[in-house]
Amino acid sequence: MSKKIIDIADAVSKIEDGMTVMIGGFMGVGTPHKIINIMVENGLKDLTIICNDTGLKDNGIGRLVYNKMVKKVITSHIGTNPETGRQMTEGEIIVDLVPQGSLAEKIRSGGAGLGGVLTPTGLGTIVEDGKQIVEVDGKKFLLEKPLRADVAIILGHTVDTMGNIQYNNAARNFNPIMATAADLVIVEAENIVDVRTLNPNNIITPRIFVDYIVEGDING
Amino acid sequence: MDKKLMRAIIAKRVAQELSDGDVVNLGIGLPTEVANYVPSGMDVIFQSENGLIGVGPAPTEGEEIKDLVNAGGMPITTLDGAVFFDSAMSFSIIRGGHVDMTVLGALQVDEKGNLANWIIPGKMVPGMGGAMDLVVGAKKVIVSMEHTAKGKPKILPECTLPLTAASQVNLIITEMAVIEVTPNGLLLTEIGPETTVEDVIANTPAKLILADNIKVMKI
Repeated sequence: MSKKIIDIADAVSKIEDGMTVMIGGFMGVGTPHKIINIMVENGLKDLTIICNDTGLKDNGIGRLVYNKMVKKVITSHIGTNPETGRQMTEGEIIVDLVPQGSLAEKIRSGGAGLGGVLTPTGLGTIVEDGKQIVEVDGKKFLLEKPLRADVAIILGHTVDTMGNIQYNNAARNFNPIMATAADLVIVEAENIVDVRTLNPNNIITPRIFVDYIVEGDING
Repeated sequence: MDKKLMRAIIAKRVAQELSDGDVVNLGIGLPTEVANYVPSGMDVIFQSENGLIGVGPAPTEGEEIKDLVNAGGMPITTLDGAVFFDSAMSFSIIRGGHVDMTVLGALQVDEKGNLANWIIPGKMVPGMGGAMDLVVGAKKVIVSMEHTAKGKPKILPECTLPLTAASQVNLIITEMAVIEVTPNGLLLTEIGPETTVEDVIANTPAKLILADNIKVMKI
């Protein structure tokens, strides 16, 4: 039996108040909903979450915001969740809006041991406020610093017992890069299969990034 | 003008900008409708920033496929040759100049090709999503939108809202006009089927340079 496969409640108990948590998914697709539901049951607080978007009002990542478990969000989009906007306007949470491509690269560089990335995105906009502008060969770029987290929670479609992951359709999005950028990585697996079932050529996330596998809802 | 007709005019006119083999990213809302008017026989590869190329039409009801949506969260299908990838790859495609054309809406656009479409401070703060990267990275940026917001002008001498990007817009297409952003300013090249040059000027606070031969859009 794989040591990585543990009870979902045990896995989620490793997420503590005040931690920084990366959460995979794009508008709820590729989001580890089952893990989030247990985080809500556990009543965690003061989390910093890093995610593409804050989902819907009381669904997926939105549930963490709705239940006032979050003190800060680093994200590219909150428009589909009016509750995030309300809490931000009322000063209840801090929302750090980052262009989606910059968010992806900040996470990637956090996982890849880089000191950040230089991007033209955001030049001449309020996104450049407080950031260093670096000129390379006469072209200006913004320095976007790396992001890391205490924990990343991600969704895998087919995960072998060692933790190798394949994703389904558009559910891949931020999951593979977040898997590289956190001290602890928990994958919610929609399907768990034996080692040697997956063709090594077609594995997207290598098992060395994955600490724990929990059973998700068996789903297609 | 009827809203549906207005949107159809805009989408059809934008579709005329497509070329065979183009990689194209369509924004949420009106720009998505451009996909309905790709000229027959033309191979256009639609990219969606949530992580795929080869976006096909929406499925019929009940035929939705698990985990298959566009960046707006709407169910889609894939066409032959579709590929899925992660968000870093998606934005390498976008930022790296591998997208030939992006079409998106605007709250405001101005004489310098500045675009504002992600925030109304104090009122509406949805966030920029992928828009800032798309506008900076795509080879051609088309703003497609209704000419005014219920009569309130959107094509201005200078944007007053926080920018999405500076000087990146190439072309503005509305139900009233096709306007090129040139180094000298905004060049009116075409007008809508139900409007006049005078109408366009009256609804456009930005200074318009009139092309020598202003045409009526062929829709």
